[in-house]
Amino acid sequence: MNDQFRLLDPVRQAEAVKALRTILPAEAVLYEQEDTKPYECDGLSAYRELPMVVAMPANEDEVGRILRACRELKLPVVARGAGTGLSGGALPHGKGVLLSLAKMKRILALDPVARTARVQPGVRNSAISEAAAPYGLYYAPDPSSQIACSIGGNVAENAGGVHCLKYGLTVHNVLRVRACTVEGEVVEFGNEALDAPGLDLLALVMGSEGMLAVATEITVKLVPKPETARVILAAFDDVEKAGNAAADVIAAGIIPAGLEMMDQPATRAVEEYVHAGYDLNAAALLLCESDGTAEEVEEEIARMSAVLKQSGAYDFRISRNETERLKFWSGRKAAFSAMGRISPDYYCMDGTIPRKRLGEILMFIAAMEKKYGLRCPNVFHAGDGNLHPLILFDANDPDELRRTEAFAGEVLEKCIEVGGTITGEHGVGIEKINQMCVQFKPNELEMFRAVKRAFDPENLLNPEKNIPTLHRCAEFGRMRVKGGQLPHPELPRF
Amino acid sequence: MQAVIEQFAGRIRAAAAEKRPLRLRGGGSKDFYGQALEGEVLDTRAYAGIIAYEPTELVITARCGTPLAELEAALRAQGQQLAFEPPHFGTGATVGGMVAAGLSGPRRQTAGAVRDFVLGVRLLDGRGDDLRFGGQVMKNVAGFDVSRPMAGSLGTLGLMLEISLKVPPRPFAEATLKLELPQDKALALLNQWGGKPLPLSACAWTAGELCLRLSGAASAVKAARAAIGGESMEPDAAERFWLAIREQTGLFFRSGKPLWRLSVPSIAPPLALPGEQLIEWGGSLRWLTSNADARTIRAVAAQAGGHATLFRADDKGAGVFAPLAPALAKIHRNLKQAFDPANIFNRGRMYPDL
Repeated sequence: MNDQFRLLDPVRQAEAVKALRTILPAEAVLYEQEDTKPYECDGLSAYRELPMVVAMPANEDEVGRILRACRELKLPVVARGAGTGLSGGALPHGKGVLLSLAKMKRILALDPVARTARVQPGVRNSAISEAAAPYGLYYAPDPSSQIACSIGGNVAENAGGVHCLKYGLTVHNVLRVRACTVEGEVVEFGNEALDAPGLDLLALVMGSEGMLAVATEITVKLVPKPETARVILAAFDDVEKAGNAAADVIAAGIIPAGLEMMDQPATRAVEEYVHAGYDLNAAALLLCESDGTAEEVEEEIARMSAVLKQSGAYDFRISRNETERLKFWSGRKAAFSAMGRISPDYYCMDGTIPRKRLGEILMFIAAMEKKYGLRCPNVFHAGDGNLHPLILFDANDPDELRRTEAFAGEVLEKCIEVGGTITGEHGVGIEKINQMCVQFKPNELEMFRAVKRAFDPENLLNPEKNIPTLHRCAEFGRMRVKGGQLPHPELPRF
Repeated sequence: MQAVIEQFAGRIRAAAAEKRPLRLRGGGSKDFYGQALEGEVLDTRAYAGIIAYEPTELVITARCGTPLAELEAALRAQGQQLAFEPPHFGTGATVGGMVAAGLSGPRRQTAGAVRDFVLGVRLLDGRGDDLRFGGQVMKNVAGFDVSRPMAGSLGTLGLMLEISLKVPPRPFAEATLKLELPQDKALALLNQWGGKPLPLSACAWTAGELCLRLSGAASAVKAARAAIGGESMEPDAAERFWLAIREQTGLFFRSGKPLWRLSVPSIAPPLALPGEQLIEWGGSLRWLTSNADARTIRAVAAQAGGHATLFRADDKGAGVFAPLAPALAKIHRNLKQAFDPANIFNRGRMYPDL
């Protein structure tokens, strides 16, 4: 998949190492291939590139000095947290520096009265909730990789999670990001109050994939941990019926703490693996969770149950205790690893659609399974329309890999066609950069580039990700000419 | 309606060619807010109406000139709401003006601010280009998030044509309680309650009296009422009370003195400033009516970890918004240049050079 392999330039490398060694101790500058190899990819391992140098700062001052040195040498800088991202956002640049923030993993302050935590970017998502637990508080966004992923990476991707319909995304749960600009200057976006003067740059920086600044300190909101939670496991004989049931729950004025759906192939794959007790004959399963005080949950579960029965759930179970609740969830949570057992590789998509178009998109995916001869089970954040179809393939078979990419590309473009987006929570990175040319018009992409220049005029922070160049869109357009009509007719062709 | 857009774009292009300022304006209900009003008015009310509303998707899309009251009525009919409870400040408030002003009301305390509910925008930039960012779905991380920063941008970046907003359901039950408490005690309790799973949706403290609104499941509201105590307010009286807080029509806001908005961390102790204060958002928002000088007020706000805005005043010589740090100011100027290269939109409304 990687068409961007670059030959290592030993002169540039020596220059970079020399400059970085004036800032960092020797062991924090890696350049031998055996040392840089672990950094060659993130969670999207189909794309790999060796970084020219890896720099591992231990504090904000070092981050600032590294950025100044890189700017002087015109070296691209790719920031990396835990490397769990799924879109290749932290794929290294072969002629640049991979800035690993893994050493910056301290919780600097936790104020249970103000309900905030000030942390370094390398702190793990779940470490924040663990530290807040003694005060009855937690950090709400819970991406599935939360035991490993870092808060800096969550900010870069505006990470979501299964509870974000009710509790929000990263953007809703971060008060302040302290960062270094490409000039190595420290800036603060937002502050510890609920808003800051000027434009809302905090919102702009969220999900900006390390292209605008490098976060050095993040203040997150902590919220009271719900007293209790219960989940309903409902089975449906039809996928569309399950989708409509999710809509009915919301129409009844309920915002569930979690609302997840799995289709039959997904259910079968996970059941064999975790024995969650799922009904294997169901065309779709819906998990619908309520949290809050005991009285609140009881009231909401009753309301949810009435709606789901009315909507045609043929089987219906409500968790009676915490063990059972976790059991019901275990299958959904293990969905990705279960795919890894039934297939050598899987490719996870991340489109979002208006929920009412679910039936249409699932039919489309079924047609694509036939067209490309590949299986594709579906797990789905039914509350917010975020789909995670999982294409099963074997990466050792180059043709399967090619078919998988084409399959995924068609599904993403279908998501755009029905009024959705190519990425709900995983980011564009390198993976979906071509589909950006489909989702956005040339002048919209140009505005993104102008935003990038406002922060990083020399295009050094994570270049070649997220926002495609005009040239790239022209190349991609050439590959997918439709009806003799070229997209972007205003562009020169070469 | 496309003709209206073309007309808007034509006026923008003509103004840009002559570097002539344009003043983007809906109902004018927030003309009082911000720095200078400069340029010829471009009235956004010509482009009005709700385009799409899908209650089960929790999303509404409306044109900029849609009356805010019309949008809220449509939501109410489906049992939904703008959770951030935006102030209208007049009968003519529009959806575009509401987002551009970026002001949130009492419910912001726990529900979130305007920006938290913006999902997508269609806008005309300073070249008259018609651009769409974000979308009509809850989760979207394709490209930079250009939509949310439009909230509170005071029309300095572009003319928002259409806005998609997330619209959650109205609570099943509500109750308002009144407690007699001095400021320090009220602040301590608000922060303490904030850390508990209580359905608090708004608060207002002034002159030794704290009003609290609880919203949520009937059982949760009932349990919280019992836990907190105090005197219950009748539903009609409570509705009028919170409306007066939101619209700033109560006695506190009619002092005739300059009105300052101090945004500080909720745990900031009582601020030692001359004048009267009204506290909202669990302690995070402190309204101050005072003749104290701007420098003192700004210093106290900064000391507390926040910032002060001169919200309503006849003399805005001291600057409406707190000055930005140089590195941030530079990014602001660069962004303004990206969106509005001829510097025509609401010139000087936020800062003299923006």
